[in-house]
Amino acid sequence: MLKKIGLMILALSLVATVISGCGPKAPTTIKIGINAEITGDIPKVGEGTKYAAEMWLEDIKAAGGLEVGGKKYPVELVIEDNEAKAESAAAATTKLITQDQILIMVGPQASKQAIPAGEVADANATPMISPWSTNPRTTKDRPWVFRACFLDPFQGTVVAKFSTEEFGFKKAAVLYDVASDYPKGIAEFFKAAFEEINGAGSVVAFETFTTKDRDFSAQLTKILASGAEFLFTPQYYDEVPLIVKQAHELGWDKPIMGSDAWGSAELMTLCGDDCKGSFFSTHYAAKGAKGATKEFIDRYNTKYGYVPDDVGALTWDTMLIAQRAIQDCGKITGDIKADRKCVRDALAKIKDFDGITGKMTFTEEGDPIKCAVIVKISDAGEFEFYKSACP
Amino acid sequence: MTFFLQNLVNALQWGSFYALIALGYSMVYSILMLFNFAHGDIFMVGAYIGFFISTGLVVFSASGILPLPNWLILMLTIVFAMIATSFLGMIVERVAYRPLRDAPRASVAVTAMMVGIILETGNLALLGARRRNFPALIEMTTYKIGGVSVTNTRIMIVVLSVLLMLALHLFIRRTKWGMAIRAMAYDYVVVPLMGVSVNTITVLTFGIGSALAAAAGIFFGIAYPVLEPYMGILVGWKAFVAAILGGRGSVPGAALAGFLLGFIEIFVAAIFPSTLRDLIAYSIILIILTFRPHGFFGEAYSARLRL
Repeated sequence: MLKKIGLMILALSLVATVISGCGPKAPTTIKIGINAEITGDIPKVGEGTKYAAEMWLEDIKAAGGLEVGGKKYPVELVIEDNEAKAESAAAATTKLITQDQILIMVGPQASKQAIPAGEVADANATPMISPWSTNPRTTKDRPWVFRACFLDPFQGTVVAKFSTEEFGFKKAAVLYDVASDYPKGIAEFFKAAFEEINGAGSVVAFETFTTKDRDFSAQLTKILASGAEFLFTPQYYDEVPLIVKQAHELGWDKPIMGSDAWGSAELMTLCGDDCKGSFFSTHYAAKGAKGATKEFIDRYNTKYGYVPDDVGALTWDTMLIAQRAIQDCGKITGDIKADRKCVRDALAKIKDFDGITGKMTFTEEGDPIKCAVIVKISDAGEFEFYKSACP
Repeated sequence: MTFFLQNLVNALQWGSFYALIALGYSMVYSILMLFNFAHGDIFMVGAYIGFFISTGLVVFSASGILPLPNWLILMLTIVFAMIATSFLGMIVERVAYRPLRDAPRASVAVTAMMVGIILETGNLALLGARRRNFPALIEMTTYKIGGVSVTNTRIMIVVLSVLLMLALHLFIRRTKWGMAIRAMAYDYVVVPLMGVSVNTITVLTFGIGSALAAAAGIFFGIAYPVLEPYMGILVGWKAFVAAILGGRGSVPGAALAGFLLGFIEIFVAAIFPSTLRDLIAYSIILIILTFRPHGFFGEAYSARLRL
């Protein structure tokens, strides 16, 4: 009896498959996959991704669909949670590509997730854009993977140029975590760039520590004695308060600069008055923004009740880049493989895309050439736009 | 000269944390031959308890029912956190170590590590990965003495640490309880036959050790005001080195070794490239231990005494 029912179900499902396969073609929906850190260590990142993407979808819906080659297509977002884990990010990518048949994937955000996800996307010949991943490996040797932000080491070069041009500094000190890729990369690029401008030996102190260190007094005492005009420390927001506070305790009163890892809302609660007046390079600054950037911030703020961080802004730009690539492609054939290839080729050709986080042109590697923003921490403790710094 | 003096000041503060934590290791080790690897995490919990007490008192004081001056809040925080953390230490002893007192030493050492992991991950589960900011109770003032920068918090931390160590030293040397602890460390088998309760002395030792760790945690929070669940691991390991270096069960030894460790770390980083700090610092410790395997004040200890 059971066997019979089983057979019947099997037969029915076969029939259903055949019918649906031969049925009249519905208008092709453009599916965009969102691979985001909704749960896990950094849920705020996932939330920002989702909100920015949904805001973009609103615009598309209001326009009656996405216009490609003179025809309007409905758009659907398929949002998958990668739990801020590398394995889940790869699994979510596979699901989006094979099951959901997405045309293009946006995300994951953090490099930890974006690197493995990029591998899957590249192997399955599906275009992917990570808005926020700054690790070079995400896009390296992967023709199908793109990003909307600059790379880690780039910030070292930008700060070296900025400090020389803006303040005329000739002697720099660096303090960084030698056991962590991100600060190490930036610090080394900074040293190379600064010494290229100001001559060998102009980085008068190049001091290190290792992850989890809490006391930097010996290194800072050396830095104080070195005669440096400013301190560059590309560290994370939980280490910056300790470094800055200890520097002040030892009598340091010169400028301190950092990189985008400073740019967390937590920084000021941990650091308080000590960090005020410091500078850091980042992707975008909410305070002091103008034009389209300001429009985006205001809209997001009204809708969700808080000022978007760099993740939100970069995701917004990414959605628009994806839109432009699909439109540049010019046609949706319904053959998902051909369409994916068409979108990828259009992506690689994008020039001078005017995003809210800056103008972008993609390189061979799928990385944009764009400017960084230098932020000054104001006396009110806000991250204020100070200057746009280009390579 | 200024460079040397400045680093001396740096080292004094850094060494006091090692010294305070090392004392707890040393006392427990001397009595139970137990490497209490969870001690660094008890230090972490002490810092968190201090954080919650002081934050709570600040809010209470600001509410206007009973305005408290900041120094009083700090003192209350230190006292209450020490009491609360000593209870935690006693509970850990009762739950995790007492049932294994006759078990092989390796099992107990592993149990200690498990307790440490439970404390870390328990904190992570309970409070999340968000970093906590220890409230600045004392307005920081920097004094410049002949080019050397000293802050009021540094002076306070070093002075209070040394006072606590002196108090412990007097307790161990001058009171009956202290005598019982020393006797127990000397002979674990015979002393209980004289009517000294093993359990009471062990609990007392854990309580005192944990209270000192809590004090270290609060001072640490004042000096380095970013708290996270894993802050105790590295400091704990290094303090353990100090405890061994000081010699088994020796209060002055552990204190001295703690400060010595602080000095070595700071001066190595100050003179050599800072990347090589731990490499050189711990090679020095290794050489010291090669020549003095029982530490500075440790007496040659025969395992024969323990059955």
